[in-house]
Amino acid sequence: MSDSHDHAGAPVPSPLDADGVAAALEAALAAVGGAADLDDLKQVRIAHTGERSPLALANRAIGGLAAADKATAGKLVGQARGRLNGAIAARQSQLEAQRDAAVLLTEAVDLTAPVQRSRAGARHPLDTLMDRIADFFTSMGWEIAEGPEVEHEWFNFDALNFKPDHPARQMQDTFYVQGDGSDEDADSAHLVLRTHTSPVQARTLLERGVPVYIACPGKVFRTDELDATHTPVFHQVEGLAVDKGLTMAHLTGTLDHFARAMFGPEAKTRLRPSYFPFTEPSAEMDLWFPQKKGGPGWIEWGGCGMVNPNVLRACGIDPEIYTGFAFGMGIERTLMLQHGIEDMHDMVEADARFSLGLAGGQI
Amino acid sequence: MPYVPIEWLREHVEVPEGTTAEGLASDLVRVGLEEEAIDRSAAVTGPLVVGRVLEVTPEPQKNGKTINWCRVDVGPEHNEHDEATGRGSRGIVCGAHNFGVGDSVVVALPGAVLPGDFAIAARKTYGHVSDGMICSQSELGLGEDHSGIIVLDDPPAPGTDAIALLGLGEEVLEINVTPDRGYCFSMRGVAREYAHSTGAPFTDRALELGARVPVPTDSGFAVEISDDAPIRGNAGADRFVARIVRGVDATAASPAWLSKRLRQAGMRPISLAVDVTNYVMLDLGQPLHAYDLGTLHAPIVVRRAKPGERMTTLDDVDRSLDVEDLLITDSPEGNLGSRPIGIAGVMGGLDTEVGEQTTDILIEAAHFDPISIARTARRHKLPSEASKRFERGVDNRLQAVAAQRVVDLLVELGGGTADESAVTDVDRTSAPSAIGFDPQQASRLVGVRYSNQEVVETLRSLGATVEEPAEENGESTGRHAASTGRVLVIPPSWRPDLTEPADLVEEVVRLRGYDAVPSVLPAAPAGRGLTVRQLRRRRVADLLADSGLVQVLTYPFIPEGRHDQLGLPAEDPRRQAIRLVNPLAQDAPFLRTSLLHTLLEAAVRNVGRGMTDVAIYEIGSVTRPAGPLGSSPLPPPAALPDPVTLEQIRAAVPPQPLRLAAVLVGAASAAGPGAEARAYDAADAVALVRDVARAVGADIRVGNDPQHAPWHPGRCARISTADGVLVGHAGELAPRVVTELGLPARAVALEIDLDVLLAAAPETPRQVAGLSTAPAAKEDIALVVPVDVPAGDVLDLVTEAAGALAEEVRLFDVYTGANLPEGTRSLAFALRLRGERTLTGEDTAAVRDAVVTAAAARFGATLRG
Repeated sequence: MSDSHDHAGAPVPSPLDADGVAAALEAALAAVGGAADLDDLKQVRIAHTGERSPLALANRAIGGLAAADKATAGKLVGQARGRLNGAIAARQSQLEAQRDAAVLLTEAVDLTAPVQRSRAGARHPLDTLMDRIADFFTSMGWEIAEGPEVEHEWFNFDALNFKPDHPARQMQDTFYVQGDGSDEDADSAHLVLRTHTSPVQARTLLERGVPVYIACPGKVFRTDELDATHTPVFHQVEGLAVDKGLTMAHLTGTLDHFARAMFGPEAKTRLRPSYFPFTEPSAEMDLWFPQKKGGPGWIEWGGCGMVNPNVLRACGIDPEIYTGFAFGMGIERTLMLQHGIEDMHDMVEADARFSLGLAGGQI
Repeated sequence: MPYVPIEWLREHVEVPEGTTAEGLASDLVRVGLEEEAIDRSAAVTGPLVVGRVLEVTPEPQKNGKTINWCRVDVGPEHNEHDEATGRGSRGIVCGAHNFGVGDSVVVALPGAVLPGDFAIAARKTYGHVSDGMICSQSELGLGEDHSGIIVLDDPPAPGTDAIALLGLGEEVLEINVTPDRGYCFSMRGVAREYAHSTGAPFTDRALELGARVPVPTDSGFAVEISDDAPIRGNAGADRFVARIVRGVDATAASPAWLSKRLRQAGMRPISLAVDVTNYVMLDLGQPLHAYDLGTLHAPIVVRRAKPGERMTTLDDVDRSLDVEDLLITDSPEGNLGSRPIGIAGVMGGLDTEVGEQTTDILIEAAHFDPISIARTARRHKLPSEASKRFERGVDNRLQAVAAQRVVDLLVELGGGTADESAVTDVDRTSAPSAIGFDPQQASRLVGVRYSNQEVVETLRSLGATVEEPAEENGESTGRHAASTGRVLVIPPSWRPDLTEPADLVEEVVRLRGYDAVPSVLPAAPAGRGLTVRQLRRRRVADLLADSGLVQVLTYPFIPEGRHDQLGLPAEDPRRQAIRLVNPLAQDAPFLRTSLLHTLLEAAVRNVGRGMTDVAIYEIGSVTRPAGPLGSSPLPPPAALPDPVTLEQIRAAVPPQPLRLAAVLVGAASAAGPGAEARAYDAADAVALVRDVARAVGADIRVGNDPQHAPWHPGRCARISTADGVLVGHAGELAPRVVTELGLPARAVALEIDLDVLLAAAPETPRQVAGLSTAPAAKEDIALVVPVDVPAGDVLDLVTEAAGALAEEVRLFDVYTGANLPEGTRSLAFALRLRGERTLTGEDTAAVRDAVVTAAAARFGATLRG
């Protein structure tokens, strides 16, 4: 290596000596090519382009030449120096790239080892499902209404045509709120934990008037002990449409559309005669559930019907002019169907693993 | 709910041979009678046959018992042929003694399987091979009586299949009847619906019987209806039929077919008179009562109870009566209506019960007000078979008919004689109101085109009378008739639920088939999507999940002691919780007033299940009564209450603010390769609240709160809006609370009122100035302030004093120690300043001066040198 750097011994060509200049250039280029790293190249640069290098000395000698020769000599030496500088620059970037690559190799880390930078969180699947249901209804132009969970008996029952002392009032096992004794009647407060989301129907009709198209997802309460299929606190979504000219066919159409949105294009609904005080005609709604375990089949999904004229009257709406339909179904049941959940306990015990287990898995 | 034995149903409607309970269920569900269950509990497989006892040889045993070694004729098909006698029989050992030679009994032969999967085989016992078993009621699942074996009255020939005879092994469908269909609590009613569903020929047995009802006589048992306190204007009773049958053998047993039907219907045979009244009730739907005529003193008076009045009912319970209770009374010693002999429509009295000495029976068939009966049944917690029917509405044309049927059966089965001279029928019923009905309303409400004729025919098939308008002077054209097609519909007497045109529409669509309704998606008017509030609520839920917390839902029920567990002071408003009359768990009767009341419990459960690091949150409402609940009106259904009443109703509902709470326990981030674990601390809770506020666009203030349970007094932040309204708290839980609940030390929690926070966030779009591209100037200011001045307050002040040029103000260092005066600390703030033009040294110095001056004035702060 030191040989190529030893410019002191190298012959200095005459600037008019084409062969000599060429030889000096060749020697310099060979040295550039031989530089193994950036330090080497730096030494080569000093040796072959520095002040005392053969080509620099030859260049300086041009000044002493006859004027007629200067041009020839200048061109000869200038070209040689130009080629040499180009070669050095090229080698420089080549060696820099090699060095960088080597440095990056030393910085390699094993990224397969998981490092927790943030905790995994999750929404509760029931809440997410209620959001999705809300999105479904708003996509049809419906709006989302809300109402209180501790509700006045009038809204929960009477406004919905549940007559006092009628057995229908006992159909839903109701949590009653204790009065404060200001009245002899212990239930004087006339408050209940709402047994269904239907009181929102009455509230909405009173507040918004008609026409109205609303859905109300929310929490409801019945005095059922917790078991695999019952929970005293659960969620429903209520739908209500009141307008001129609405028929049971529109109810069926809405339910079918909703069923397809939730359970896929093959899903559909079927109505069976039933009774609810707030609808007439009333129906139980069965869902054709394509993913049912053991093969597609009908399963109960909710109740529905045409809004009872008495409900419209209680809300100050003329049933001769307006008709409407309403329906309600359990959100827990919908979630259980979608995810093959078999036991209600997992949904209601606030075990973080339940939410985490379904995180991201809901469509 | 009612049971529907097919063979019984056939007495009213033609049910095809081979119809199974399942098949029946699918026919009935189409018209709205849902299957509750199919009872297969009585399943028995043969051979189970009638046997005649030929010989009984008592054989005393060493254990003191005496067994009977019997020869029983079980019919040629099953008998062993006995060469000696030339007669067939089988040898069976039996421990019972209530039978003798010549009696007919029920024999389970080897191979039979009795209820409870009890397989019968020939076995060696007491020195004989017992080749079968002579059965008792309990062994066949017919009742509890296992004291003796069944001795058949009026027996068929030996070898007759006893399974069919006793109705064993028959599957029985149990249906669910909705509250509007009281008439389906009878075979007659279910049969009618079966006919509607399948078109099978239906025979109304009531019509047949009606033809045989004698006219009422003046010499009947005197009955007065005297209701001086009708409930909501409805008299408690509007019909009372009394019939008398004399010379009944009250000790006669009910025949097997009758007992069998009662059992199939879920009732227990008691005595002939009671069984007959129950049977007719199950068959026709009219509740009935039988009195021992000898104990009655005319007249019977139907009246309300008097204050303090008591009576002993059939179940031998002495009951205190309510003045609203409707009573059946009689008049001993001429004291009119002085003795209660029954709670009307609910339960009879002990004094006048039919007993073994009874010979003459008075039969009551009445029609009572559903509301009165419902209230009494609930008041006394006596949901009897009678009250179940009355409160749903009984056909008011049925009383005389049903009484006639009872009379017939008592004559036939009890050897009595009907007293045709004593026929009482106090009838104050009114005919059902006619409903004016436009048949086209069905099409209008259902969306199926029904012709007027179809509608009218359907209503008639239901039993309704439909009066079509008379042609006007014969000039009415078809066109005119079509436009005024209104008809008058008089509902059948068994359908008191039909009062409105909409009810008739339901009947039309029900009988014409729900499956005929097409599916048409209505086009709603364009909506506005979710409200800003709804979107922000969802944003909060997503943010917390994205921040590594897991959303959970908890029940809102709490025990009273929860307030103490959380260390709430005696006067804390959170102790004002609403109490439930009928909580599911007696020890948790209150509704939460704070989400942490239940969320902390959820955290404990998660920790208990082995999760060491728990970060959970809940968004939900709490109930915060503003004061005593007071009383509120309860106006009747079907009418809009006046505005004052409506406002009182709304105001009675207690405030239920929407809250967000979170509990953080353990590591915020776990230890891993090249990473240290970091435990959640109080600052995490506060940071989450700040994140939430920023996400919804609300401006909040954070202060220290030294006294707010359940938080640590030195580590609790009070969050408020810019206007100073309390939003909530965040920080570390008090160590005592953490220990009390069993949570790991240093657990952290927050709870904020989302209603308050969202109300503080503007719903109108935020307005902004254009972004300046002039260079930023950085300025650090360290202020020395007394240690008790909250850093947050200083930060707020610095931000405010720095003014419009301050793009960002950040507290980057808190220093306590050497070089600072005792009792002070240094708070260092980094300011990024920017103006519309490049800021000069004077500009930045002015900001610095303003900050220092303001801090000095407010907190006595000095600039740290």
